[in-house]
Amino acid sequence: MISLNRVTRVFNSRDGDQVTALQDVSLEIGRNEFITLVGPSGCGKSTLLRIVAGLILPTAGRASIGGAEITEPRSETGIVFQAPTLLPWASVLDNVLFPLRMMHRIDSTSTDKAMALLKLVGLAGFEGKSPRELSGGMQQRVAICRALVHDPDILLMDEPFGALDALTREEMTMELLRIWSERPKTVLFVTHSITEAVVLADRVVVMSPRPGRIQEIIEIGLPRPRSFESEATPEFHEASQHIRQLIFGTRHVGPGRAAA
Amino acid sequence: MSVQAAPPLDERQKPPRRRKKSAALYEVVLPLIATAGLFLLWEAACRAFNIPGYLLPAPTEIWKDTMAIGPTVAGHTMATFKTVMLGFVVSILISLPLAVVLTASPAIAAAVYPFLVWTQSIPKVALAPILVVLLGTNELPRIVITVLVAFFPLVISVATGLLSVPPELIELSRACRASKLSELLRIRLPYAVPFIFAGLKVAISLAVVGAVVAEFVNADAGLGFLIQTSTAFFKVPVAFGALIILSVMGVVLFQIVVAAERIFFPWSSSNATPGA
Ligand SMILES: Nc1ncnc2c1ncn2[C@@H]1O[C@H](COP(=O)(O)OP(=O)(O)OP(=O)(O)O)[C@@H](O)[C@H]1O
Ligand SMILES: [Mg+2]
Repeated sequence: MISLNRVTRVFNSRDGDQVTALQDVSLEIGRNEFITLVGPSGCGKSTLLRIVAGLILPTAGRASIGGAEITEPRSETGIVFQAPTLLPWASVLDNVLFPLRMMHRIDSTSTDKAMALLKLVGLAGFEGKSPRELSGGMQQRVAICRALVHDPDILLMDEPFGALDALTREEMTMELLRIWSERPKTVLFVTHSITEAVVLADRVVVMSPRPGRIQEIIEIGLPRPRSFESEATPEFHEASQHIRQLIFGTRHVGPGRAAA
Repeated sequence: MSVQAAPPLDERQKPPRRRKKSAALYEVVLPLIATAGLFLLWEAACRAFNIPGYLLPAPTEIWKDTMAIGPTVAGHTMATFKTVMLGFVVSILISLPLAVVLTASPAIAAAVYPFLVWTQSIPKVALAPILVVLLGTNELPRIVITVLVAFFPLVISVATGLLSVPPELIELSRACRASKLSELLRIRLPYAVPFIFAGLKVAISLAVVGAVVAEFVNADAGLGFLIQTSTAFFKVPVAFGALIILSVMGVVLFQIVVAAERIFFPWSSSNATPGA
C-alpha cells in the first residue's frame, strides 16, 4: 500500500546549515496494516508522516502509495495532529464535516456519517457544542472523527494522544483499536509511549536520530483484540523491553534479551 | 519513559467567561454612576471656587449654551459623524485586502511595508492643508485624513491575525487539497476575526480623532469646526459641549463595535478584552 524506497529528506535551516531529518528510509506497509513509529525526539517521525501525507517531498528516494509516487496531498488520507486544532468558531459537527466541505464532497449523507462517527467515539449528543466546551480528550476525539469522516484508506496520526492524561490516553488507545477493527485502514501512528506502540501495532518501527534512520522493525505477534491487560504477558514484556533497549542502548535495561 | 510528562493545558480551554446578570451592572450601571459623579463634582467645584466660565464652564452652563444653538450643533454632529463613518468604512475596505496581500506574498510585503510606515510617520496635521490644496475643499480630503489616521493599526492587526493560524490547520487545509482562496475564506479570515475586531476598536476611535483633525484644517461644518469657531469667539461652553459630544460619539461607536463582535462572533476571544 505505502512504499518508501530509500527516502531521504534534508532541510535547510535558517542559519544555512543542512539538517538531514531522514536518511535512506525504506519501508513497505501493507493494506490495513497498523504501524507505529517510535524513536527519540527529532529523529524525523513527523517528517516521515508529512512525506506520506504529501505535505512535503523527499529530497531523494521515492515515496509511493499503491505504486503512484506521492507528489501532493491525497484526498483519501486522513491526518490527526498532536494538538486537536479544531476550528473555534465551528460546532463539533461542523468541525467533523470540515474536510468534506473543503473537498466539496458534502452531500445529504454527510451529516449522518459524521454523527455515526461521533457516536463511535462516545460523543453522541455533543454535535452542537462548541470545541471550547469540550475537554482536551473530547477535542482530540473530534479531531479523530474529522480525520475519518471522508473514510480515508490511510490514517496518519502524529502523537495524537500526546496531550492527554494517562487514563484518557489508554481509553483513547482502545477506542482507536475498536475503530480500526470496525473500519479497517492502513494506519501510521507516531508515539513516544512504548506500551502504546506495542498494544496498537502489527509492526513497530524503531527509529534512530541524526540522521533519522530505521533502526529495526519489530513484529508484534500478540493476538487481537488486544487490551492493556496484555501488558502482563511475556510476549508484550519482551517486545517492549527490546524496543526500550534499542532506544536507550543497554544503559537502563537489565539482562534483557539480545538484539534479534 | 513510556508516559510523557503532562503538557500544559490547551490554551483555548479558558474558564467560561462570566456573563451573568451582574455583567450588566458592571458594564453599564457603574460607568454611568461614575460619570454622573464626575459631572456633579465638576459642577460643585465650578460653583464653590467661582471658576470663570471662559476657563472652565460648569456642566449646566455647557448644557444651556449648547442647547441654545441645538439644531446647529446637531448639524455639526451629523457632519462629523458622516466623516467618521466614511473614513472608518474606507479604512476597512483598504485594510482587509491590503492585509491579505501583505500576508500572502513576502515580496509584496517587503515592497509595500515601508510606504505604510511612511504614511504613519507623516504628521497628519501638517498633511491636511496640503491635501486641501490637492483635493479641494470638500469631503474628500477629510476622509483621506481620517483614513490615514485610522487604517494602519487595522492593517497590522488583520495581518497578525491572518498569520496566527496554527500551522496544523494550514496543513489540514492543504491535505484537503483546498485552494488558497478557500484556505483564506474558511480558515485564515475566521481565525483572524478576534484580531480584526481588536483592530476595528482602535480604528473607530482613531477615526474620530482623524475626522476632527481634518475639520480643524478644512471644514465649514463639523464638531472640530465648531470647537475652532466657538473658541475664536470665546464661546467656551459651546466648545466644551462639542468636546463632550465627540467623546460620547467615540464611546458609543466603540461600544457598537464591541456589541457587533459579541452578537455576530460570540466565540471570538477578543471578547475578553479588558473593559470592552
Ligand atoms: N521545516 C523544517 N525546517 C528545518 N528543519 C526541520 C523542519 N522540520 C523538521 N526539521 C528538522 O528535522 C529533524 C526531524 O524533525 P521531526 O519533526 O521529523 O522530528 P520528530 O521525530 O517528529 O520529533 P518529535 O518526536 O520531537 O516530534 C529535526 O532535527 C528538525 O529540526
Ligand atoms: Mg514530531
